[in-house]
Amino acid sequence: MSELHFPWLETSVLIALVGAIWVGRLRDQFVASRHSLFFNTLVLITTVGAWIDYEFINPPGRPPSEAQDFWNPLTKLMGRPIFVIDPLSAPLLSLVALLYLLVALTTLRTKIRRFSFAWTLASEAIVLATFCCEAPWLIIGLLAAGTVQPYLELRARGQNTGVYVKHMALFIAMLVIGQSFVDYEGSEGQVHSLWAIIPLLIAVFIRTGIAPFHCWMSDLFDRATFGTALLVAMPLVGAYATIRLVLPIAPDWVLRTIGWLSLISAVYAAGIALVQTDARRFFCYLYLSYSAIVLAGLEAVTPISLTGALCVWIAVSISLGGFGLTLRALEARRGRLSLQNFQGLYDHTPALAVLFMITGLASVGFPGTFGFVGTEMLVDGAVEAFPYVGVAIVVASALNGIAVVHAYFRLFTGTRHSSLVSLGIGNRERFAVVSLTALILIGGLIPQYNVSSRHRAAVRILRQRSALSSSKPVVEEEETHGHH
Amino acid sequence: MFDAFHLLGLLATDAVQLTAEFEDVSMAFKVLGLLVVGAPVAMFATLGIASLLRDRPLSERLIARCVQTGIITGLIASIVMLGLMLFWNDTQVPIEFGSWVHVKDYHFVFKFEFDKLSVPFVILTFILCGTIGAFANRYLHRERGFNRFFVLLSLFVVGMVTTSLAGTVETLFTGWELVGLSSALLVAFFHERPAPASNGLHVWIVYRVSDAALLLASIALHHMKGEGDFDKLLTGEWPMVGTPLEPNQAFFVGLLLLVAAMGKSAMVPFSGWLPRAMEGPTPSSAIFYGALSVHLGAFLLLRFSPIIERSPALQVLIVVVGLVTALFATFAGTVQTDIKSALSFASLSQVGLIFAEIGIGFRYIALVHIMGHGCLRTLQFLRAPTLLYDYRTMEDAIGERLPKFSGAWLSRAEEPVRTWYYRLAMERGYLDSILKNYIVYPFLGVLQKCDALEHRWTKMLAGNEPSKAPTSEASPTLEELL
Repeated sequence: MSELHFPWLETSVLIALVGAIWVGRLRDQFVASRHSLFFNTLVLITTVGAWIDYEFINPPGRPPSEAQDFWNPLTKLMGRPIFVIDPLSAPLLSLVALLYLLVALTTLRTKIRRFSFAWTLASEAIVLATFCCEAPWLIIGLLAAGTVQPYLELRARGQNTGVYVKHMALFIAMLVIGQSFVDYEGSEGQVHSLWAIIPLLIAVFIRTGIAPFHCWMSDLFDRATFGTALLVAMPLVGAYATIRLVLPIAPDWVLRTIGWLSLISAVYAAGIALVQTDARRFFCYLYLSYSAIVLAGLEAVTPISLTGALCVWIAVSISLGGFGLTLRALEARRGRLSLQNFQGLYDHTPALAVLFMITGLASVGFPGTFGFVGTEMLVDGAVEAFPYVGVAIVVASALNGIAVVHAYFRLFTGTRHSSLVSLGIGNRERFAVVSLTALILIGGLIPQYNVSSRHRAAVRILRQRSALSSSKPVVEEEETHGHH
Repeated sequence: MFDAFHLLGLLATDAVQLTAEFEDVSMAFKVLGLLVVGAPVAMFATLGIASLLRDRPLSERLIARCVQTGIITGLIASIVMLGLMLFWNDTQVPIEFGSWVHVKDYHFVFKFEFDKLSVPFVILTFILCGTIGAFANRYLHRERGFNRFFVLLSLFVVGMVTTSLAGTVETLFTGWELVGLSSALLVAFFHERPAPASNGLHVWIVYRVSDAALLLASIALHHMKGEGDFDKLLTGEWPMVGTPLEPNQAFFVGLLLLVAAMGKSAMVPFSGWLPRAMEGPTPSSAIFYGALSVHLGAFLLLRFSPIIERSPALQVLIVVVGLVTALFATFAGTVQTDIKSALSFASLSQVGLIFAEIGIGFRYIALVHIMGHGCLRTLQFLRAPTLLYDYRTMEDAIGERLPKFSGAWLSRAEEPVRTWYYRLAMERGYLDSILKNYIVYPFLGVLQKCDALEHRWTKMLAGNEPSKAPTSEASPTLEELL
């Protein structure tokens, strides 16, 4: 296994952990906010460093391989590689760090006392560690640890935790049962029984929010702070768990059969987003629809659908992240937002209105934005894998597009809202959302780098499951092409 | 021997000169193509980025200058392009800007096609958008949304130019979507009233149906031929083109294209959005629903006319759709009481006829019809706000009232028939109600029931505890109650 030129991965997780402890000791939330931003920025720098370093030692054209940290102290300590970086995780780590930084950055003074910066840094360390791991039991442990912070926040806010706890308990139990069967049945690279596959599938369905296991997500959006809910949803940890835990053991026919459920869920969530009367729940269902679309692309297990799904994963994380931040900024000004009547906010915050539209449309794969090419590839691959049903993605996308414009009209048009204070966009918010918008547009206008990088990741995933898959010749051919 | 070498030398020199000339021509086309496409993009980017980064919009004069520069540059470049094409007798100039995305078995090419169909359409776009820009500069003077109007107009120009010149299905789809978005947002231009916003949403919904059909057609073509390049889907130069698709493939793809075209051009049963779109400011109504946007469906069918003509059943279907729409628009247009709605139905009847012409196979006639109709209707829309003043001037000039036009055949009909006719025409054939009552409301009803079930399920999991979560306000505004 090749080595990076610096222990980027371990440093980034360590910084987040040290930051969590440091910020947790501060009593003044305003000071905590500033210190948290410092640690978040450091984490972003180290993760971007890891990505650049990885690309440097694995240039395009070479068969993709994984790499571990320089010195790899954790490997020496544990006796086997713990944190590794591969084509799949390289950009995702930076994406996670960016989302955490922007959420911390856009937490307004009015909300600062309700938002725990220390726990957010701890959660960032857990998510980064999850994305750096390939060992199943470690991933399961980290996924379980990731459920703690939202629970503590719900408790701290005096909210009912019943829905969340029941779903998360089932999630962890299914992970443990499924992986135990996998271990019991034998080594890697073989088809496992449904006793192992089904519990793991249920677990990833719960984490991703596939119907009928999705209600905890809407409940969380209802009860937790928007920032926390956004961070639980946004890096699409469930999709990562699917790739690491389910794809290596499930045969094509199981994945494609289950893929139907994801497609139905995508259309269902898109439809439910249309009838929501609360902005948070609308956002939640929009997210659920897209996480189901990504999962359907992963489950189609063709090179094109997988590449498309991985592209959409990044695109949706950036665009829905920006969309969520815009909604959060609006909510910070007006309180919980209703979609039942026209809010008339355009004249107060025209910049937010434009950013809302750009990020919202980007999330539905509008041409010229980050998600466009990925969505096209995903639909193309899905139609191949799920003849006739693959068009469900187009239907879901159309419904989501209607829902986004509907929400735009409800929030920004109508009789001008009268306010004694300025509701204009702040500099921090402008920086955060404009950065994401720039990423959305640059990624949309120059998509080749992202697509070829995701294609390499897709080829690697398919190679790992080539023993179970009928697409072995395709993978070999793809690799030859990539090498050429 | 010497002669042979001399001859070879001369031939080599000629070949070098010809190659150099060819390279010059090809470079000239590429530069002009870049200007035609780049000028509107630069115009939109300038206005868009300025709006995004600045708290205050640019001054009206600066906005007008920016739009003027973008459109005139694009227009001059496209006219020079036409001149060069005629001069070098090169009626099909594909300009490729490289592979946008390329991985194994999948690629997107960023390509534009200048031919006998696209160049007239793009010149028409620049001329009409320039006219509208100049008109709106005065018409919307000191209007609060002045900047917003021009940002959306420039987005529309980008969309129209991209659609007109597209050399691949994906490029066409990109432009198609941009046109749809700018249309919907301009319908909701006067956004302080709920009605324009609702109508904008209505337009957007129909456009999304149309977009979904076009996306599916694009994917189907990708599957059938491995790529969406027009060179591979259509053989030869427009209008004398063919297609390698089989008749059944052509019927399937053509049907999807027809649905996309019907949505964009407000054909029956999607016609309900057209009068609603008149909520927008007059300049945008003129350019979108009188001149360009409403013809985009016809343009799509013209571009893919070889695919349509591969399937006689599809041709018949297009003629039927066109004629039914023309009849419907004439019927509904007779009872309209405001000038913009009357003009929109008049437009629709002409677009219906254009569809019928395309179905029959009269490609050039359809193109000329589009151009002539677009210019005439723009003029009528722009004169509409001053129509009463014009009438008064004419009446003063001739010294008597202008004659009133009435349906002579209808005046002879029985009273119940006339009432029935009037009611049906006023309700636009109940098309909107049929779509709403039989498709939209049942669909939303099922979703609302599912949502209610989810709420109950979540509440049950929470131990039937009342939610402490802050809920969003639910009371409707007074304006909505009224």
